[in-house]
Amino acid sequence: MNLVLLGINHRTAPLEIREKLAGGLQDLSAGYQALRHLAGLKEVLLYSTCNRVEVLFTTADPPKTVPRVQTFLINLADLPTEEQERIMYIHQEGEAVQHLFRVASGLDSMVMGEPQILGQVKEAYRLATQQQATGAILNRLLHKTFFVAKRVRSETGIGCQAVNVSYAAVELARKIFGTLTNKTALLVGAGEMAELAVEHLKRYGVSQIIVANRTLERALKLARRFRGDAISLAELECQLLRIDIMISSTGATEQILTRDQIKKAMRLRKQQPLFLIDIAVPRDLDPEINTLDNVYLYNIDDLQGIIEVNRRYRQQEAVRAERIIAAEALKFLQWRESLAVYPTIIALQKKADQICQHELKKTLSQLGPLTPAQIKSLQVLTQSITHKLLHDPILYMKRNHHPKDTSREINYIRRLFNLDQE
Amino acid sequence: METLILSVVLMSYFGATAIWLAYLLIQQERLYRYGVWVMGGGWMLHTLNLILAVMEQGYFPGASLGQALRLFSWTLVGTFLFLTWRHPIRVLGTLVAPLAALTLTGSLILPQPGPVAPLLQSLWLSFHIATALLGNATFTLAFMGGILYLVQEHQLKSKKFGFFYRRLPSLEALDALNYYCLTIGFPLLTAGIITGSIYAQYTLGSFWRWDPKETLTLIAWLIYAALLHERLAVGWRGRRAALMAIIGFLVLVVTFVGANLWLQGYHSFESFVRQP
Repeated sequence: MNLVLLGINHRTAPLEIREKLAGGLQDLSAGYQALRHLAGLKEVLLYSTCNRVEVLFTTADPPKTVPRVQTFLINLADLPTEEQERIMYIHQEGEAVQHLFRVASGLDSMVMGEPQILGQVKEAYRLATQQQATGAILNRLLHKTFFVAKRVRSETGIGCQAVNVSYAAVELARKIFGTLTNKTALLVGAGEMAELAVEHLKRYGVSQIIVANRTLERALKLARRFRGDAISLAELECQLLRIDIMISSTGATEQILTRDQIKKAMRLRKQQPLFLIDIAVPRDLDPEINTLDNVYLYNIDDLQGIIEVNRRYRQQEAVRAERIIAAEALKFLQWRESLAVYPTIIALQKKADQICQHELKKTLSQLGPLTPAQIKSLQVLTQSITHKLLHDPILYMKRNHHPKDTSREINYIRRLFNLDQE
Repeated sequence: METLILSVVLMSYFGATAIWLAYLLIQQERLYRYGVWVMGGGWMLHTLNLILAVMEQGYFPGASLGQALRLFSWTLVGTFLFLTWRHPIRVLGTLVAPLAALTLTGSLILPQPGPVAPLLQSLWLSFHIATALLGNATFTLAFMGGILYLVQEHQLKSKKFGFFYRRLPSLEALDALNYYCLTIGFPLLTAGIITGSIYAQYTLGSFWRWDPKETLTLIAWLIYAALLHERLAVGWRGRRAALMAIIGFLVLVVTFVGANLWLQGYHSFESFVRQP
């Protein structure tokens, strides 16, 4: 039985092809139905996200089955056949295992280490089990995958540290204030990045949002969205006493707050820390403000600098993640190899033997002095009991095993006798 | 017996140092907890050692620099353990454990004193020693918090994030530590001064003698009083509070160690014990 992974992703195929493929796989159950009719496929898992479409399957005869699956994918997207060579990758065995591990850990994602992909793979696996498309090998592989992804996440820094501007602002806020609960944020102006930052802040506990805008109408609209208060720009200075975090993103050409204004406000605030994020270009806030005590001013370049550093950090951590993945893939392949008839028989006999030895030792120590002949006959007794007991299971494995799905049966037997202790 | 207990205590403080250094490097939650157990276990033994000493002599052993250092490391670990329970700042352990281990080492290296002068064999004086040292320990924690605050604040202000950025807590937490230590340490230091001067009045006939140690303690007390007042009145916090905590601590160090080594006065440790 061979493990094959076939697919396209954001690196090999342009968006329009990925779109077409994902469109063709809108209804995954229909996809499973079609794949089930392909000859030679045993177990299948299909997953499609905006950046990738991949089919993972086991087959006894890859040279015949792989082209069938390729044709299935090509038909889905109406691709010219000559394109497939270029955009489609095929991984087998160990490579396929490693690829799946890398995908689930976010190493293969567009944004290195992003966490959503694991949920998507989990969801795809849930669907596959609903369709009863997976079997002993893929079930084990997927559980292993979730374990590896979790390990990579907890043992490497691949998922920590923000790699987008709005989230970087939240991380900084948490380094300044600790907790964001009961903090108040002020949004001046509007803009996608600024609004996203406010949403992140809200999710991390900021309890009150105030929105200021040149036109009160726009301010009211945004305030409704964030369930906050709307104020006019003229009130800005006195609002400085109420807030802890300010995100500024106006189209104004001159500075809206000067160092002196902030200095005065800080005195009235009794030096409560103030975190100012200026993502406007040209800048809204006087850069000199950062020299004041307990005031932290970040502009768009500062934030970009942070996420650049974080990206590099994630890249470094990816090397460590690859090491974990390679080791775990090796372990999985070892388990796969043990999933054959003879290694299982040997493992079974070995286990029986160990139990015999152990019990014999216990009994002999209780019985007191015995003649060698008595000891010998006790040994024979225990061995013949276990041999008789194991005779039928072993015979079943050797002769009667169901030719259609060996791995499933062997898997049952291994679990029944607990041969892979975990 | 005493040496055996103390060497186990010393080993546990050094052990906690190693564990917490590892925690600083690899940030595994588990390690931090192990450190607390090792440190806590050592401190229990240290407490036992002190109880035995008090039972034997009838007063707190704090008359020589060595004994005072031993007592100091006990109060330092004790206040730190209390703090981790009320106000956990984990990285602080990485500073507290080595300091406790080193002061205890110092106390074991320094020569054991001869018999203590009869003037000092009093339980009332033990209150003076205990409150003063507890105050010192609390201010030591404030000092460490201040250093950490300055490091973290520098990174946030200069926007250059290094090794410590992710490992240090938020500025707010460090500043809260400063305030917390101040509100506990200040009354303790004040009580230390008051009990000391009452005892001086009873035994020496005057409340205050302008001895170098007394003068320096008064300076430190004034620094902390100013910080506490400014914090409450105009909201001195953050950088300034951290700097004040550091300066105050340096004065305390001079008081505790320096006054005994460089300055002569009736309050120095040498004058407490009969020279053998």
